[in-house]
Amino acid sequence: MTDIETTRRAALGVLGASALAFAAAPATAGGHGGVDMSGKTVEWVIPFSESGGSARWANFYAPLLSEQLPGNPTVVVRYRPGAGSTAGANWFQEQDTADGTLVFGTSGSTQFPYLLGDPRVRYEYNDWQVVLASGVGGVAYLPPDLAGMMDGLDATPLQDTDFLWGSQGATRLDLVANLAWKMLGMTVDPIFGIEGRGDGRLMFERGEANIDYQTSPAYLRSVVPMVEDGLAVPMMTWGALDDDGNIVRDPTFPDIPTFKEVCEATPACETEGDAWDAWKAFFIAGFPAQKMVFLPATADADVVATFDKAFKDVIAQPDFAEKAATTLGIYPQMTGQAAENAKSLATEVPDSAKAFVVDWLQEAYGVSLD
Amino acid sequence: MDIMATALPALGEALSLIFQPAQLMYLVIGVLLGLSVGVFPGLGGIAGLSLVLPFMFGMDPVSGLALMVGLIAVVPTSDTFASVMLGIPGSTASQATVLDGFPLSKKGEAARALSAAFISSLFGGLMGAVILTFFLLIARPLILAFGLPEMLLITVLGLSMVAILAGRIPLKGVAAAGLGLMIGTIGESDASGSLRMATYDIPYLVDGLKLVIVGLGIFAVPEIVALLRQDRAISKTGGLGSGWLRGIRDWAANIWLSIRSACIGVIVGVIPGLGGSVVDWITYGFTVQGAKDKSQFGQGDIRGVIGPESSNNAKEGGGLVPTLIFGIPGSGSMAVFLGGIALLGYDPGPHMVRHNLDITYTIVWSLALANVVGAGLCILLSNQIARVTTIRFTLVAPFLFTIIAFAAFQSSQTLEDLAALIAIGIIGIMLRRFEWSRPAFLIGFVLSSQAESFANQAVQIATVRFNRGFWDGMEYIASPVSIGILALTIISIVVGVRQGKQILGSGTPPVAGRRAPLIFLLAVTAYVAVAVWDASQISIMRDKIFPVTIGLVTLAACALLLLRMSRAPAGDPVYADLEAGEEDGQAPHGLWGTLGWFALLLGLSALLGFILALGIFFILFLRERAGLGWTRTLILTAAAIGLMCFLGGVLGRDFPPGLLQSYFDLPWPLT
Repeated sequence: MTDIETTRRAALGVLGASALAFAAAPATAGGHGGVDMSGKTVEWVIPFSESGGSARWANFYAPLLSEQLPGNPTVVVRYRPGAGSTAGANWFQEQDTADGTLVFGTSGSTQFPYLLGDPRVRYEYNDWQVVLASGVGGVAYLPPDLAGMMDGLDATPLQDTDFLWGSQGATRLDLVANLAWKMLGMTVDPIFGIEGRGDGRLMFERGEANIDYQTSPAYLRSVVPMVEDGLAVPMMTWGALDDDGNIVRDPTFPDIPTFKEVCEATPACETEGDAWDAWKAFFIAGFPAQKMVFLPATADADVVATFDKAFKDVIAQPDFAEKAATTLGIYPQMTGQAAENAKSLATEVPDSAKAFVVDWLQEAYGVSLD
Repeated sequence: MDIMATALPALGEALSLIFQPAQLMYLVIGVLLGLSVGVFPGLGGIAGLSLVLPFMFGMDPVSGLALMVGLIAVVPTSDTFASVMLGIPGSTASQATVLDGFPLSKKGEAARALSAAFISSLFGGLMGAVILTFFLLIARPLILAFGLPEMLLITVLGLSMVAILAGRIPLKGVAAAGLGLMIGTIGESDASGSLRMATYDIPYLVDGLKLVIVGLGIFAVPEIVALLRQDRAISKTGGLGSGWLRGIRDWAANIWLSIRSACIGVIVGVIPGLGGSVVDWITYGFTVQGAKDKSQFGQGDIRGVIGPESSNNAKEGGGLVPTLIFGIPGSGSMAVFLGGIALLGYDPGPHMVRHNLDITYTIVWSLALANVVGAGLCILLSNQIARVTTIRFTLVAPFLFTIIAFAAFQSSQTLEDLAALIAIGIIGIMLRRFEWSRPAFLIGFVLSSQAESFANQAVQIATVRFNRGFWDGMEYIASPVSIGILALTIISIVVGVRQGKQILGSGTPPVAGRRAPLIFLLAVTAYVAVAVWDASQISIMRDKIFPVTIGLVTLAACALLLLRMSRAPAGDPVYADLEAGEEDGQAPHGLWGTLGWFALLLGLSALLGFILALGIFFILFLRERAGLGWTRTLILTAAAIGLMCFLGGVLGRDFPPGLLQSYFDLPWPLT
């Protein structure tokens, strides 16, 4: 119970501290970058519920961030789920906290409706200041008999098979997979309406689905045992993004080819043109920069610099890589310019790419975004 | 006996791990935390688990597991307090318990009902653990036999319980269930995201209504309002009647019912994707069907408490199977549990069952032990806690309003939660008044989204399979398992329709004029008609087929009811109206005035924020309605505000802000 009391006291402390900060605002604003957050509480709001991947990600970082911020403020994760994360994002857009006591964590599901011009989106990524971008990968896999049909990296022999897979929805993160398979000339019918990627894997295990993909942590945890038992074979990863924005092999799975390689080996698929540009844009929004931490537009420049440095220090800890590998997988945790680059790639799609996806969603699944 | 050879050594290892003083201490801490959180409706295991998760990182695995498991195990136990004593379904696990538990409290037998419930929980939990110990090793192929068609059929089996719960007029039950299903489709569809009866201008509706709010609105609000109108204690006799020993004897007399219900609990809990929300209805239905004398069900038959309570703790154990074997959480609390196990360095999945069987068994048996500790504590407490039912209800009600408002607000943390609660509460009051089955409505609502997605997904797959060939398709939909469940469903409907009238059906209901029941029926018909029209405008077939089909069936039921009303003479039971009855009709306080008090609390919250509103509401209510002196008024008001601040503080939750807060920055807890 003592820890709980600490939280409470810390929260009460915030009240006092923020009142003081208010009074003392002119003094610190004129100061020289020495932001001290001792006694404050940083609220890390995520627009999802307690049980999702973003919750795990935020809870992983929260104590580490607390250690590295000057004054070791309490960092609490708050949940604001609703309307597939757009409700929380719309709320964050309205916030004007300047002193760093509020940060916001987004995910691919927040980025996609924004990219697609969903009518629910009232938020603007360009207003927000990014301090961390975390990558996540994904691996597509097949039953052994179908995997055996592939001609090396060439997926052409799979074009005659009727594929089924469980999908969360046409406009969600799964559109990356749907588009990739379509580009390879495969006929993959999504069974829409599952509640999480875990349900899709179960459908695969039951033999109802005959293709699937999982994000890296789930793949490592649940699919690798299936691969070892000869029940599944990896087909390709979505790849990873290097610091210059190129797609490279996923460092967590260096032996599995990327979609880009499979696409290059398959005559029906092209790594240039509208489809490819659209796929890459949505892949980048969904995976190599899946989760980002933002400060509101109103946050002071020295506050942003403080968080930037704190995240850099978190990542620089000698045991960080090991800790992160079990929870997050081996992926770039980007700060500073790399995070800015990731954010730009994730939130700015060429109109042609967007138009391509909107048309394709309408044509293939009858999903209209008007 | 190969299984024995694997299981027994690991089991011995597990038991020696559990029975260490330190582990037992953590288990008890978890149990105590779980009990204190679980007592509040709407704050289930998820709230409690997220409370302890931050401390899990780096904890010794067995201690951490003991803490978490202790917490999860007792939530379906402790929520029984609210179900039995107050008629508030504390969580999905205890919805059916309300049906007979609450009438027992009203008869002054709360202690008996509580102890029977807890001993059943305890037994169910132990049974679950015994079954799981061996089942875990062979469960995988069995679970994989449950594909989408089978899950859909189990959901339909759950829906078929409407037949027995429909009450006097089966058509009203069908219409109530249909209305529940339709209300469950409000918002963005799971399949393709089309909007049903919602608009992007009201983001709240886009997300759909939450079970907490519907459960509280349908059961808690009407009961609290009805009781408050009487101005007496929940227990009609004002006393406690027979004590907790009687409840234990009741359970012993129905031991076979308890065993059967626990088995149903484990089996349904094991199937991933069902989430256990059907289990208590299925066991309740079977309990009624299997009983010889059905006349007391719904009026306070102790068997109606023993059945569901034996199954819901067994279900938590069953829910561990998919969580551990497939890493797929069966429920929200299991999802957080998964996260917790991962923090301790274990990855649930086939690996864990194979290579960490001792740890797996530690989880299973910690669960059983936590059940024993938790239920044991609850039994000892039940006589004391049951005294709440002898307190003048007017003093209890404002606290209940506060707690359910706070619980409802947890669902999306906006003021709309409270508005939705009132709106659903009014529907609940009307359903109660005109004798439309509220359990049927709730079953419809609870099963709506899973019925829709299982149906959609199963049909999508079946279509592809049938396109490949007729037998390919038949093989998919007509597995032995599905045929078995289908047969069970048909039997359940036939038995239900034949016997359902005996429940709630004795004697004639109070009947007043024809106008009020007719207006309500027309309102329901109009809503469903609009919802069908709205769904028919959707361009994507898989998003509209379910609401349109269900809506048309509901409309047909409404039309038949209208026909019956137009022909029936004025005194016909179809015109049932509790306002004409003795209890409601002659209550000292009016229906709307009483509901008005609750609305006042919400209205004030919208203006001043929750905590300020609470202060004003308590003072006004206790002075005006309860007629208390200033001293007691102020003490109770302070107690209520203190309780809320403590809860909000410990759980790190905000309170609903009002208009005032949008102009001024106020310090916590006034925010």
